[in-house]
Amino acid sequence: MGSKVGAPEKLIVNGKRLDGRKLNEMRKMDIKIGVIPNADGSSMVTLGGTKVICSVYGPKEVLPRRNLDTEQAFLNCVYGMASFSTPERVRPGPNRRSTEIGKVIADALAPAIFMEKYAGSEITIIMEVINANAGTRTAAINAASVALADAGIEMRDLVCSIASGKADGQLMLDLFEAEDNFGEADMPLAVLPRTKEITLLQMDGMLSTAEIKKLTDMSMKACEELYKLQKKALQEKYETEKDASE
Amino acid sequence: MAILKPYFTDLLTKDKREDGRKLFEYRDVVIETGAIERANGSARVKIGNTEVLVGVKLDVGTPFPDSPESGILMVNAELLPLASPHFEFGPPSKDAVELARVIDRGIRESHAVDLDKLCIKPKEKVWMVFVDIYPINDDGNLFDAGALGAIAALKTAILPKYDEDEEKVLHKELTKTKLPIQQIPILTTFAKLNGKIFVDTTMREEKEIDARLSIATIDDETTSAMQKGGVGTFTAKEILELTEKAAELAKKLRKLIPSK
Repeated sequence: MGSKVGAPEKLIVNGKRLDGRKLNEMRKMDIKIGVIPNADGSSMVTLGGTKVICSVYGPKEVLPRRNLDTEQAFLNCVYGMASFSTPERVRPGPNRRSTEIGKVIADALAPAIFMEKYAGSEITIIMEVINANAGTRTAAINAASVALADAGIEMRDLVCSIASGKADGQLMLDLFEAEDNFGEADMPLAVLPRTKEITLLQMDGMLSTAEIKKLTDMSMKACEELYKLQKKALQEKYETEKDASE
Repeated sequence: MAILKPYFTDLLTKDKREDGRKLFEYRDVVIETGAIERANGSARVKIGNTEVLVGVKLDVGTPFPDSPESGILMVNAELLPLASPHFEFGPPSKDAVELARVIDRGIRESHAVDLDKLCIKPKEKVWMVFVDIYPINDDGNLFDAGALGAIAALKTAILPKYDEDEEKVLHKELTKTKLPIQQIPILTTFAKLNGKIFVDTTMREEKEIDARLSIATIDDETTSAMQKGGVGTFTAKEILELTEKAAELAKKLRKLIPSK
């Protein structure tokens, strides 16, 4: 919208984005595993300026009991933002945005988990954004994916997630804050890399079918890289543990 | 829980539906506007046995700091236990929040309501547009019913009088000014069960599906919002095919929205 305050004049200068990236270039992602000793599995994912910590508890008793499902696990997926994670303080606690994101993340992770193996129990996944610079839900999914693996939850595959979108009329990968706020469209996506099944898809903004195709391709390709990063981070953790025990 | 899954799977593999519909066929859709006298705009939508009532109320308030010259749009869904034995009293459930937010994005992102025209005094006074969706009977596909109701109610909404000296809205005095509407976004929600894709689920079907994909389109070419729900998955190819299918189905539904 033309009347937004603080919009930069251009989001692309000389073919480069304001943070110096190329259009199909992802921000640097760093994955740390086992950052919360109390948790059964945990992780911290950094995607450029976005930082998310995640812990997984379970399988454990379902509380309250009304959530109990005798056929599959109850996946309790909570996404939140720390009050100090954004330019303007956010009120702590759940809100409509975080409620919805928690739900779509649960839907994105469930296809990867052997849910029926944990019938009658609960798996709790808590994701807290401690510093936000766009792409927080996708960072949270990557964090949850490795934290679930770290917790030893049996999975069909890891879940990789990245957003792509459109800003200044150009299609691009992994929007950062200015592009997200002042761009034309944002499309987060999550995929099971082995089967290429899409487990999360959201889009807001205006896109043609051809553009949706290009963005899907761009994100799927980036997810292949994320898959390698997730596996490498998991391998590294367990190699260090093995070395320490020898 | 999933007792009916094999039954519906069996029907769908034969390209059949329990009620005799085709896979991409909607139940009868009826849209009636202006049912609520006190609302600034209202619509009653029936899709088969699913019935939704949507009311638009207008008020004046302070704009958001990042868009000081734009009006405010708020979409909310109230899933009253009145409409279904599956709804419960209490704060909005995850389903209610998702429903409202998916419908909201289809409207917001297409700039269906020209919010820039709803400024009274920059930084201080703008019109606030409240869209409240009340399901009356939930027999599946509240997404599409709610979205149809929302845009139909918005399309017919009329501004109340604003007293600039007193700085208050005279809710009982209506003007002749209509809410500025520049697009008619239509939401089409696809369901997937054991690899078969179809539209407009009944409640019996909805309880058994693996995944859902809602797509809001404004014309043949342009999509303004998408959202996947449910624990199943879609392939990239399916998503592109469904985007085109959504535009095709929306064309018929769009004709049902009153033109004035």
